[in-house]
Amino acid sequence: MAEHSPTDATRGTEGPPPEAQSSAAIDPGAAAADEAAGGTAVEPAVAAHPRAPTLEMRGITKRFPGVLANDHIDIEVRPGEIHALLGENGAGKSTLMNILYGLIGPDSGEILIDGEQVHIAGPANAIERGIGMVHQHFMLVPVFTVAENIVLGNEAMANPVFLDTHKAEGRIRELATMLGFEIDPNAVIGDLSVGIQQRIEILKALYRGARVLILDEPTAVLTPQETTEIFAVLRRLAADGTSIVFISHKLYEVLEIADRITVIRRGRVVGQADPKTATEEQLAEMMVGREVSLVVDKGPASPGDTVLSVEDLVVTDDRGSVVVDGCSFDLRAGEILGIAGVSGNGQDELVEALTGLRRARAGHVRLASADVTNESPRELSGKGVAYIPGDRQRFGLVLSYPLEDNLVLTEYHREPYSRFGVINRGAIARRAAKLIPEYDVRTPSQTVHASTLSGGNQQKVIVAREFSRDLVLLIADQPTRGLDVGSIEFIHRQIVARRDQGTAVLLVSAELDEIMELSDRIAVMFRGRLVATVDAATARKEEIGRVMATGELEARAGAAT
Amino acid sequence: MTESNPAATGMNVDPTALLGAGGGIGRQLLVTGIAILLGLAVGGVLIIISGAVKPDGVIDLTLPLTAYGAMIDGALWDDEGLNLRGIGSTLNAATPLILAGLSVAFGFRAGLFNIGANGQFLVGGFCAAIVGANLVNVPILLALPLAIAAGAVGGGLWGLIPGALKAWRGAHEVVTTIMLNYTALLLLNLLASTTFRDPAATFPRTPDIQPGTDLPIILEGTRLHAGIFIALLAAVGVWFLLFRTTLGFEIRTVGANASAARYAGIRPALIIVLTMTIAGGLAGLAGSAEILGITRNFPAEYFTTLGFDGIAVALLGRAHPVGVVGAALLFGVMRAGAGSMQRATEIPVDIIQIVWGVILLFVAAEVIIRRLLPAYRARRRAPAAAAA
Repeated sequence: MAEHSPTDATRGTEGPPPEAQSSAAIDPGAAAADEAAGGTAVEPAVAAHPRAPTLEMRGITKRFPGVLANDHIDIEVRPGEIHALLGENGAGKSTLMNILYGLIGPDSGEILIDGEQVHIAGPANAIERGIGMVHQHFMLVPVFTVAENIVLGNEAMANPVFLDTHKAEGRIRELATMLGFEIDPNAVIGDLSVGIQQRIEILKALYRGARVLILDEPTAVLTPQETTEIFAVLRRLAADGTSIVFISHKLYEVLEIADRITVIRRGRVVGQADPKTATEEQLAEMMVGREVSLVVDKGPASPGDTVLSVEDLVVTDDRGSVVVDGCSFDLRAGEILGIAGVSGNGQDELVEALTGLRRARAGHVRLASADVTNESPRELSGKGVAYIPGDRQRFGLVLSYPLEDNLVLTEYHREPYSRFGVINRGAIARRAAKLIPEYDVRTPSQTVHASTLSGGNQQKVIVAREFSRDLVLLIADQPTRGLDVGSIEFIHRQIVARRDQGTAVLLVSAELDEIMELSDRIAVMFRGRLVATVDAATARKEEIGRVMATGELEARAGAAT
Repeated sequence: MTESNPAATGMNVDPTALLGAGGGIGRQLLVTGIAILLGLAVGGVLIIISGAVKPDGVIDLTLPLTAYGAMIDGALWDDEGLNLRGIGSTLNAATPLILAGLSVAFGFRAGLFNIGANGQFLVGGFCAAIVGANLVNVPILLALPLAIAAGAVGGGLWGLIPGALKAWRGAHEVVTTIMLNYTALLLLNLLASTTFRDPAATFPRTPDIQPGTDLPIILEGTRLHAGIFIALLAAVGVWFLLFRTTLGFEIRTVGANASAARYAGIRPALIIVLTMTIAGGLAGLAGSAEILGITRNFPAEYFTTLGFDGIAVALLGRAHPVGVVGAALLFGVMRAGAGSMQRATEIPVDIIQIVWGVILLFVAAEVIIRRLLPAYRARRRAPAAAAA
C-alpha cells in the first residue's frame, strides 16, 4: 500500500469526521423510528452542515415475495469517501443500489442528496441527480467507439443534425487524464480489454456528471493487475471529491480500498467497520453471522495409485493456434494437484481437452491406465470423471431450468432418472429433495429456475450434482470464482472431503491463494506448458507468483533483494 | 436510451426467447388473453371504420359485437343451439393449424426457427396423395395409416435437409428452410403436372386417392374428418416427447443452452438433425390431413400459407402443445366464422387476418402488455433482485 501514500494523505485531510450523525444513522432502531415523513424535519442541521453527506439513504425497506431484501437500511456517503458495502451474495446490496439508481422503488424509506430529500423515478432521473452506476456486466456497445459509447444517450450536438464528436473527445481525454490514464476515444470497445472497458464505464458515469459513483463488484471480472489499476483510479476520483459506493464480498479488497465499511447481512445493516483496524476474520464473521474459517482445514494427503496420466498433450484454441504445447503430468488418487498460472496460458483448453469438450491434437490422456484421449464428455462422465466448469452459467447450468433438472443434467439418461428413454419425474424430484439440504443450497423451492439463485448457490447446485456419484477424478476449474466467503469455505471443504475419500482432484484456479491452500502439489502453467511442479507444503507464494510471471523457477538468487 | 436495466442486457434473436419471458402458466395465460382481447378491440375499431366508409355507411358502435357474434354463430353455436356444421368447419380448419403449429413449436424448443413448415407440408401432402392413389387392394386398416405415414415421412425428409445443413455445415435454418419452401412449391408443381399428373383430369393434378385411404367423415351432416384425431394425438405425442423423454430433455437443453448441453454429454448436431426431421414430419402430417381429408388429390398449383400460419399458432401458443391446440382452435373459429360474419355485416373477411395480426403483435411485443400490468412490473424484477 506504500505506493499509494499520496492518496492516503488526501484521504487523511477528509478525515474520519466523528459527527454524531454517523452513529445515529447506522442504528437501525433509530432509523425505523424516524422513518415517518417527519424524519428530515427532526434533523434540519444535517442539511445545513458543511460536512453533509453527498448521499444518505434512510430506513430503506424493500420486500419481495418471500424475501425481505432490505430491512430499514441506513447508509450515508460523504464527499470524497470510498464507502464499501460488504455482504454475501443475496444479502441485499444490489437491491439497495438498484433502489438508489431508480431501477426499483423502495417500499419505504427516503433518499437524500446533499441533505435534500429526493424521489428517484428511474435511471435517467438518477443520472440527472449525479448518481452514476457501473454494473458488474458492462453496458457498452461493442461495435461503437469509446467516444460513441460514452456520449450515448447524452450526445453533444454540433448542430441539429450532426454530433459534435470533437467536443466529446476532448472532454473524454480530459477526464481520463484527471484519473491518471490515457485513452483513445476512437478505439472500438470490442478491441479493448475488460479492465479498460470498466474504466470507460466509469468515464461514462463521470461524463454525465456523476458525483456519487456506484460500482457493483467491479473487480469480479478483473485480473489482479487490473484491480490494482482500477483502485488507483478510484483513489484519484475520491481525492477529487467524488463519493464512491464500492460493492463487494471480497474482504481483502474492501480493506484495501475503503475509507469506511458497512456490512449487510440478510437485508440488514449489521454494523460498520474501520478498515484501518478491522481484520478479515472480523469482517467475515460480521458478513456471515458466524465464525468462518478462512484457512482450509485439511490433513496431509495419502496418495494412492495414479488415476490420471497426461502425456505430451497438444491442444489448439478456436483459432487453431497451439495453446497447450506438450503438457505432461500424473495425478494420483487422494491428492489435489493445483494448476496455477496467469489466465490465458492454456488452462481452459487443457481442461476442455481433459473433459472431452475439445479435441486434443496430439498426446495421450490415460484414466486408470486406459487410454481415454478424445473420448466424449458422456463417455468420460460414465467413467467417473466429474467436472466443475469455470463458466458455471455457460456450461454448468441451464439457467431457465428448474433446480431439479439442473441436478440431473449429467445424469438424466441413467436409471432411475429415466428408463427406456422415458423420464421419471418422481426420481428426479426425490434426488433434488435429498441433495438440496445436503449441500445447503438456499432456495425457496426445488422447482425455481437456476437463474433465480445467487452465484454461490448456483455453484452448490453444480457441486451437489457432480459430487453425488462415484468419482474417480474431479476436475474443478475456478470452483469458487465470484463466490462469497461462506460458499467458498463450503466448497473447499467438499473438495477436501472428496480427496480424503480417494478421489483424484485437478484444481485449476487463477486465485493463487486458493491453489496454495487447497493443493497438495502445485504445477505452474506457462505458455501452454507445465513449467514447474512443487510440493505445496514447502512452496512459497512469491516464488510461485514469479514462476507464473516468468515461467522460470531458478530466479531465486537474483530476486533476493 | 438512458435506462439500463441489468435484467435486459441486450437484443436477442434467439427463438427460445419467444417462449415467453418466464412466469407461471397463469401469467402467460393472462398475457395471451390480454393480447387476444386487444386484437379483438383493434379489430373492432377497424370494423366500425369499415362499416362507416361504405357509401351509405354510418358509425355504428355496436357493429363489432354484431360481427363477432355472427362469427360465433357461424363457427360454434347460434340461437338454435350448437352449430354442428360450423363446429365441423372450425375443427377442420384447426387440424392442419395444430400440426403446423406443433412443427414450428417443436423447432423453437431446440432453439430452431422452422420457417419451412410450408414446404414440409407440401412435400408431405404430395407423398400422401401419391401413396394414397397407388394403394390398390390394400386392406383399409393398413392403407390409411400408410398414406398418413407417407406424409410424415415426406415432410420429415424435407425437414432433415435444413437440419443436416445446420448441424454439419452451419447453414442457418431460417435461410435454408425459406429456400426449401420455394424448392418444394416449384418441384411439386412440376411433378404434379408431368410425371404424376392424372391424365384424366382437366387441370394438372395428381390422381385421386383410392377409396379407403381418405380420412372418414366422423360427424354426420358435417364435413368434419378424422384428421382432428391425428392432430390431437400428435399434440399429446409432442408433449410426451418434449417433457417426458430423455430425447425431449436433450432437445430442450440444446435449445436453452447448447454449451451446457455439450457439457452434459449431449451432441447438439445430432439433436438439431432429429428435431428438424420431427418438425418436418409434423408439418408433413398436416399435409396428409389436408390431402386425405379435404382435397383428395394434390393440385399442381397447390398454394398455401399454412406453414406461416403455423408460426403464428406456435407463437400464440407459447410453443407448448396445449397452447398450440388452443391457438389453432381460436384461429379455426375465426376462419370458420368469417363467412358468416361477412354475410351478417358485409365486413370483408380480411378483417380476420388483421385481428390475427394484431394479436400476434401484442404477443410478440409482450413488453407492451407488461407495461399495462403495473402489478407485474414489480414482480418481474423481484427474482433478479432477490437473487443478487
